[in-house]
Parts: sequence; structure tokens; C-alpha cells
Amino acid sequence: MASSESLLPVSSQQDPLSDSRCDSIPESRRRRPIKVHLAIYSGFLLIALYVTLIITHGGSAPKNDVNEDTTVESRARLAGVSEKSNVHISKLSNDLRGEAFAWNNTVLSWQRTAFHFQPEKNWMNDPNGPLYYKGWYHFFYQYNPNAAVWGDIVWGHAVSKDLINWLHLPLAMVPDQWYDANGVWTGSATFLDDGSIVMLYTGSTDKFVQVQNLAYPEDPEDPLLVKWTKFSGNPVLVPPPGIGAKDFRDPTTAWKTSDGKWRITIGSKINRTGISIIYDTTDFKTYEKHDTLLHQVPNTGMWECVDFYPVSKTKNKGLDTSVNGPDVKHIVKASMDDTRIDHYAIGTYDESSATWVPDNPSIDVGISTGLRYDYGKFYASKTFYDQHKGRRILWSWIGESDSEAADVQKGWSSVQGIPRTVVLDTKTGKNLVQWPVKEIESLRLRSKKFHMKVEPGTVAPVDVGPADQLDIEAVFKIKKDDLDVVFGDDSVEDDKEFSCETSGGATVRGALGPFGFSVLADESLSEQTQVYFYVTKGKDSKLKSFFCTDTSRSTMANDVVKPVYGSFVPVLKGEKLTMRILVDHSIIEAFGQGGRTCITSRVYPTKSIYGATKLFLFNNAIDATITASFKVWHMNSAFIRPFSADDLGVPSST
Amino acid sequence: MKKVMMVVMMVMVMVSEASMIEQTCKETPDFNLCVSLLDSDPRGSSADTSGLALILIDKIKGLATKTLKEINGLYKKRPELRRALDECSRRYKTILNADVPEATEAISKGVPKFGEDGVIDAGVEAAVCEGEFKGKSPLTSLTKSMQKITNVTRAIVRMLL
Repeated sequence: MASSESLLPVSSQQDPLSDSRCDSIPESRRRRPIKVHLAIYSGFLLIALYVTLIITHGGSAPKNDVNEDTTVESRARLAGVSEKSNVHISKLSNDLRGEAFAWNNTVLSWQRTAFHFQPEKNWMNDPNGPLYYKGWYHFFYQYNPNAAVWGDIVWGHAVSKDLINWLHLPLAMVPDQWYDANGVWTGSATFLDDGSIVMLYTGSTDKFVQVQNLAYPEDPEDPLLVKWTKFSGNPVLVPPPGIGAKDFRDPTTAWKTSDGKWRITIGSKINRTGISIIYDTTDFKTYEKHDTLLHQVPNTGMWECVDFYPVSKTKNKGLDTSVNGPDVKHIVKASMDDTRIDHYAIGTYDESSATWVPDNPSIDVGISTGLRYDYGKFYASKTFYDQHKGRRILWSWIGESDSEAADVQKGWSSVQGIPRTVVLDTKTGKNLVQWPVKEIESLRLRSKKFHMKVEPGTVAPVDVGPADQLDIEAVFKIKKDDLDVVFGDDSVEDDKEFSCETSGGATVRGALGPFGFSVLADESLSEQTQVYFYVTKGKDSKLKSFFCTDTSRSTMANDVVKPVYGSFVPVLKGEKLTMRILVDHSIIEAFGQGGRTCITSRVYPTKSIYGATKLFLFNNAIDATITASFKVWHMNSAFIRPFSADDLGVPSST
Repeated sequence: MKKVMMVVMMVMVMVSEASMIEQTCKETPDFNLCVSLLDSDPRGSSADTSGLALILIDKIKGLATKTLKEINGLYKKRPELRRALDECSRRYKTILNADVPEATEAISKGVPKFGEDGVIDAGVEAAVCEGEFKGKSPLTSLTKSMQKITNVTRAIVRMLL
């Protein structure tokens, strides 16, 4: 890079030359010609330098001229991105040779879910401020009132008695102030000691700065909390020094400190380090920022939707966010902007320093091999303490995996996961366990019980009639003789390299797997989604189990993303392999080993829809015969519709 | 002396700002395309990374508009391609009405992941349209341009994450 120092050698060389030309010119006027020559010469030098820069940069430019067949890998490396986030592109570019499936309204309208929360139309994303108040569960959400893609964000609102059936209410908050003119974004609710509610949320100001704002119910006597008031002194927090104006969002629910203050945390980043900033407050209007962070992890990027809460080490129940003590661990969770994955870690919170350390730093928050709530399509999740039933409940945004053209055509995009209870796994102590809230069982209709033995390489139809709204609970056993044979056989190697995502899906056969269910399958299995266990012989002849969902053959359509999802699932001595699957049209939620490993996926079959959808049990293992004992319920649809006066038991004239 | 310093400063400033585009484009899959798109735009020389991304999204919009015009023209010239042209029309309208506004708003407001989604989808829609012609597409060069531009744009958007 040219600098003014480089002029000095030039000027000292110049002088003799220009001097010799300026013999006849009086001294007082000699300076100007020298300066002009200097300027021209240095100008040329700089231009020469510039040209050299261009040439050398041009030479070192990435050789990878875009070639659709190649190298998602090299593109990923060049863009400084992990392969995983390029899954979408790689899955599509290999596949788009034929005609696209011509999405029509019949096929598209089947995709709408029967018992997952979604607004009547348009785009939804993050869950906001979930809470229970005066007999109603409240759910707010990021919503675009104008389109089926993200934008123009407001707070949608719905209420429920049971977390399953929902009544849509008017929008709770819209961008009507300068401090949220460009978006009323994600936030969380806190209950004060007197039972009143405060809501903290991120606003995108008229100048695109991310700030935190305070709001509260206009009428605390209204159990529906229809109207919300924004604090006249907003914003209550602006990006602090050293934090980017657009790296400051998603305030958490507050928890009490031992000296009676309230404490919140907000995710951000400094360069590539994901961080969580801590503030204390007494009134939610003025805050003291701590000099130290709650936690930080290098190379994880921006932390969105941070969540921080206690879990009991010994009891299977939820804890209020302010609970602390020796019987408690704390969870730090963050949504990684870079990879769209929700990660959490278990650790210890130190009250006095307002810091948290993970139990296992090698799987700290955001580390790619760390723990996730869910190994499928699942983001921006948020928990709340349900004081009504003493549970901690997890909401999650489940986006689409199809093209935006289809979303626009069908007029909507995204659903929420079924709310799940969250507790620490008291048996392993090393992971959380999630399970769909018990209220969902109220949708169970008729059921059928099965006990089936499936030989290696077999697919067995499961006769349940229509199969697009199901709840399946299953227990699997591997025949002991087969296990003994496999363990005795040294030629059956440790499957060290297995991973659901990269090992090729459910058609790749191993000694002891894969086996499980084919859901949303058509008669000829031209379309199917497989949810399965893959068991490997691990170290020291121990079994190592994986729980996966393979969507790669879920549809003939080639303009949707069809990954294989999944992860290792802990199976303890004496435990049988269990799975639960909720099938609800275009969403499948799968729970391995009681919710130790969860996988949500979105699928878009073109043939396996309406009456053509079937269920199969399959065993693709080479050596093991499997016995499956399971129950399949048909699921009723929930009612998820606009609120009417009748819902309060009040005459509509009021 | 002041005049000299001014000229020197101007040239230095020119050199350093061209470097910003170059530095950014080096991290994309197509350096030459990236530089030529950004250099040719008057906003390029003073834009930060978000600004560069927004310029490229504008280019995506321009290219989609041009392609849609081409598609409309093809109905008369190649009536046998009607079905494919209908699908392409739908896809390119999605780029213009959904992907571009979404990406523009997201990047302006500092939630680049939705910008990435919009840019990725633009590439998908273009590829889907191309596939409709089963290897005999009249739009191939436009599609290839769209793929290249979306790849470069995506790489730049990812720098904001």
C-alpha cells in the first residue's frame, strides 16, 4: 500500500533533475515546477503500484469459477463456511436436472398441519414472550402480516387453555414508534413479585439500530391480554460501547439475584466470538451492565435468542427461572446465526459474579459437536416456566424446507413445534430430555397395537388406514442371538465413522441397523420418510446407537431440501430402544429414547398425501432380526382459529 | 504543497477503497465477476459489506427482471415451451416479489440470515426454471448468470453473519 514515505526517495532523486532544468529560473519561482513534477511522478508511481496490486490480486483470486457440478466443499472453504450450512445448495444443485414438480393447490393444501400452531396465513418465525396468566396460555410470535416470507415484522398473539387448541387474537404489537419502526422483534416475559407482567423486546429503530424496549399489558384485568402498552421512556437499552448496532437482540426472561435485583442476558458477538451480555435492573427501566459476560465461546458467531434457566438435578419437574441452589444446574442456550442451529450446554451459574461455566467445555454452547435441542429443522427456540403445572416448556420455530415460490403459492410459511417439557436427564446427567406436552394426548382417537417380528432386509406394511395424522410409540428389541453373533464376529468392524447426516441414509445397511418406520409413504414406497435407529458395535463391544430421520426420498419433488438428520442417542444398560413419532402432514417430530435425541423434519410428498399415505415398518439390517412392539393412534385435528366471543362463554353483544 | 497532498490523498483513497471491494471479492467464488459488478456501480466505492451485498441484490433484481422479459418474449417465439415458461414465470416472479424484498429488508436491518435465505432461494428458483427445459433451455446463459451472481452474493452475506 502506497504511503507518503515512499515519496521521499523520489523527491530526493527529483531535485537534481529539476534543478538542472531550472537554471535560468529565479529561485523564488523554482518551487512550483518541482512540485508539479513531484505530483505527476508520485501520481504515476501510485498508479503503477495500484496496477501491480490489481495484477497480483487477480492472480491470487480463487480459481474456482462457478461450476454447478463441483465442489460445494471448495466453495464452502472459500466462503469460510462449514459444509453443513451448504447442505441446501448441494442437495439441490445435484438434483435439478429434471422438471420441477408443478405444485398445485391440492398438493399444497395437504401440507398444512392439523395440530401444530400456525397462523391462518403468511410468514411466522420466532416464538415470543410465552406465558401462563389467569387461566390462559399465551403465545406471541414474529409475524409478517403482508407476505409468506420474512419482513414487516409484528407480534402475533394467540391463547389456549391446553397448549394444543388455540384462538387467534389481534396483533399484540406493531411498529408504531420510532424505536420499533423497522420491526417489533423477539422478546420475553417476566412475572414480577406482585404477579404483574413485563415484556422486554427488541425494536429495530427508524435508523436500523437494535434496541430493547419495555411493554406491559394495558389492562391486567383482561385475561386475554389483548392490548399492550409500550413504556413512554423506550428504549430502555441501546447497544453498549463495543457492540454493533445490529448485534444486540432477543432479551431473556429476567431472574432474581440474591440482593433482590432482576437480571437479564442478551446475546451478541464480538468479531466471531458469540457472547451473552448481563444487565441488572430493579425496575426494568434503568439497567447496570456488568463488565463481565455471562459466557462467551470463540468462533461461534452471533448468539440469537439466548435462553438461560435452571434445571433440577434430581426431580423431573420444571423450575421457575429465579430458582437457584445446590440441587440445580443451569442451561445456557443460544441460536447460532451462522448455522441456524440451536445449541445448549449444561453448567454452573455463579450468582455473585454473574457468570456461567459449562460442565464440559469441549461441547460448549455453539460447538458443532455439542448438544442440540433438536437435530432437524428447529430454531429460535424459547422456554418459559409454566407455573400452572410446574413445568418448563420449550417452544420452537420450525421453518419450511421448500422453495419460496411454493410458500408464496400456498400462502403461508412456518409452524411451531409442539410445546415440549424440558428437564435434565437425571439418569445421564449430561443432556436434557424433551417430550411433547401431555395435553397432546387429548387428540388421540382410535388406536391399534402391534407386535411384529421383522427379518433383515424386510419392509412390512402397518395397517392403520389413513396415515398423515399419527402418534406412534414403539419399543424395539434386537434378537439376542443376532447380537451375540455380531459381537463374536471380529470381521464386523466398529462403525467409527457413522453419522446420520453423512452415512447415506436408511438404504445403507449395517449389521445392526437401520430399522424403524417409514412414514408418509405411498404404497409403492416411491416416497417415504424413514425414522430409525442405527446400532453399531462401539468400543469395548458396547453398543452405540444413533437415531436418524432420512428425508432424502420423502418426495419426488426436487426443489425442496431433503437431508438426513440425526445424532448419537444415549442408551443405558437395561434400556430397550424406544421411539415416538408425531406425524402431522408436512411435519414429523421424532423422539428417541424418551426424548434424549429429538429430530423435527419438514417433508413435502407429492404422491403420499391424503388417502394414499401409508405406514411401514422396516428392517434394513444385514444380520439382526428386530421385534417391534408399538401402538399407533390416529390424531384428531386441533382447533386453531380466530377467537370469538363464544370462547369466553360471553354473549357476543358484549 | 497543499495541491500535491490533495492529489496524493485522492489517489491513496482511491487505492484503499478499491481494496475494500477486492478484499471482499477475494472471499467469494467468483472474484472477477464480483469485482466487475461492484466496481461498475457508483455506490460500490464507498459501501461497507452490507452495502456491497445490497448492490448485488440489486443486480439479482435487474437480472431477474431481464430474464422475466425474455420469458415473456418466448411465449410467441416458442409456443411449444408454454408449460416450462409458465413455471419459469412463476419462479422469476418469486425472485422479484419475495426473495429480493426479503433479502433487502433483512440486510438493511441487520438480520442477514433472512438475506441469505432469499439469495439462496433466488438461485434455487433459477435452477428450477432451467431444469424445466430438460437440457434444451433457451435461458441457459441467463440462468448461469443468476447462479453465479447468487453464489457471490451469498458469500458476501455470510460475512455479515
